[in-house]
Amino acid sequence: MADTGYLAGFIAVAAVATFLTRVIPFLFFQRHTEHPLVRHLGRYLPAAVMALLATVFLQRSATWNSSLPGLDALLPAILVVVVHLWRRNALLSIASGTIAYMAILQLDLIQV
Amino acid sequence: MNQSVFRLTLPILFGYLPLGMAFGVLFTTQLDYPWWAAPAMGILIYAGAGQILAVSLLAAQAGLLEVFIAMFVLNARHLFYGLSLLGQFHGAGWRKAYLIFGLTDETYSLLTSRARSADRHHEQAVDFRITFFNQCYWVVGCALGALLGANVAFNSSGIEFALVALFIVLTIEQYKALADAFPVIAGAAAAALAILVLPEAHQLIGAIVVVSVVLLIQYRKLRHSAGAGGADHG
Repeated sequence: MADTGYLAGFIAVAAVATFLTRVIPFLFFQRHTEHPLVRHLGRYLPAAVMALLATVFLQRSATWNSSLPGLDALLPAILVVVVHLWRRNALLSIASGTIAYMAILQLDLIQV
Repeated sequence: MNQSVFRLTLPILFGYLPLGMAFGVLFTTQLDYPWWAAPAMGILIYAGAGQILAVSLLAAQAGLLEVFIAMFVLNARHLFYGLSLLGQFHGAGWRKAYLIFGLTDETYSLLTSRARSADRHHEQAVDFRITFFNQCYWVVGCALGALLGANVAFNSSGIEFALVALFIVLTIEQYKALADAFPVIAGAAAAALAILVLPEAHQLIGAIVVVSVVLLIQYRKLRHSAGAGGADHG
């Protein structure tokens, strides 16, 4: 019952819609690269977006209905911050946080 | 160059392999399509949350207009990413279309955070490799997941935290480069607000809209004070 024609159309439409979201700023703002507003956003938006992505995905990684709400993700996150401020080695920071999170999750170290 | 690019993209590898595999497993266990359609979607669409949503849309045999709107809205946050990269991608020639196509959350974070030399052409070549390496990880993840189906050999649950850790590290790096906490606080506050008032599917775009408005207000304030100093030329 797999309809290959539908699947092909589906993938084409999804690909076009996704690419459009990425190409639109380049189509409409390319002439305004030097505009002070575009420069302002270029300077501050990445930091804001990074903090935003970290917050949203951190919240989604955490279990909030446990007896220690959110600690399963907050502890590894704090570890990442501390290790990164200490050694400033991105791979080390990421590896230590990830391993801590996996251990907490798989060994059920923080009881739900 | 490839070795340093690989090092730089290693956290993305650890994030994209399990996430791609999660999509691949979902795709083959939920749908009655050939396994290779999963990596094909990774090549042609290349959007994590978008592809995972696509599995439920495919299962529901959704109309193509509905598919278009759902994918556009879900990925609408990308509308803001290009604004920071207009200058960086300028004059990238044949590479430019692919650089734009491959602008995911993770690639955007790497491209806007890494140190750059004055040689723009060289930096664009590095950007291109970063984008390409990242997509390779994603496509391999989709393929592995689809092939393995439900039989995942080792317990990799939790490894996707690598992406959260990456975002935290990049936030610290952005803060250190700017020496200004305002955008970081604004971003985190906007995310907290979105988490509190919006359903999960709309949180990212909602937070980005809020933080963009905040930056716009900050821009107007800065310009106003600059204008009061007499240095404003429209």
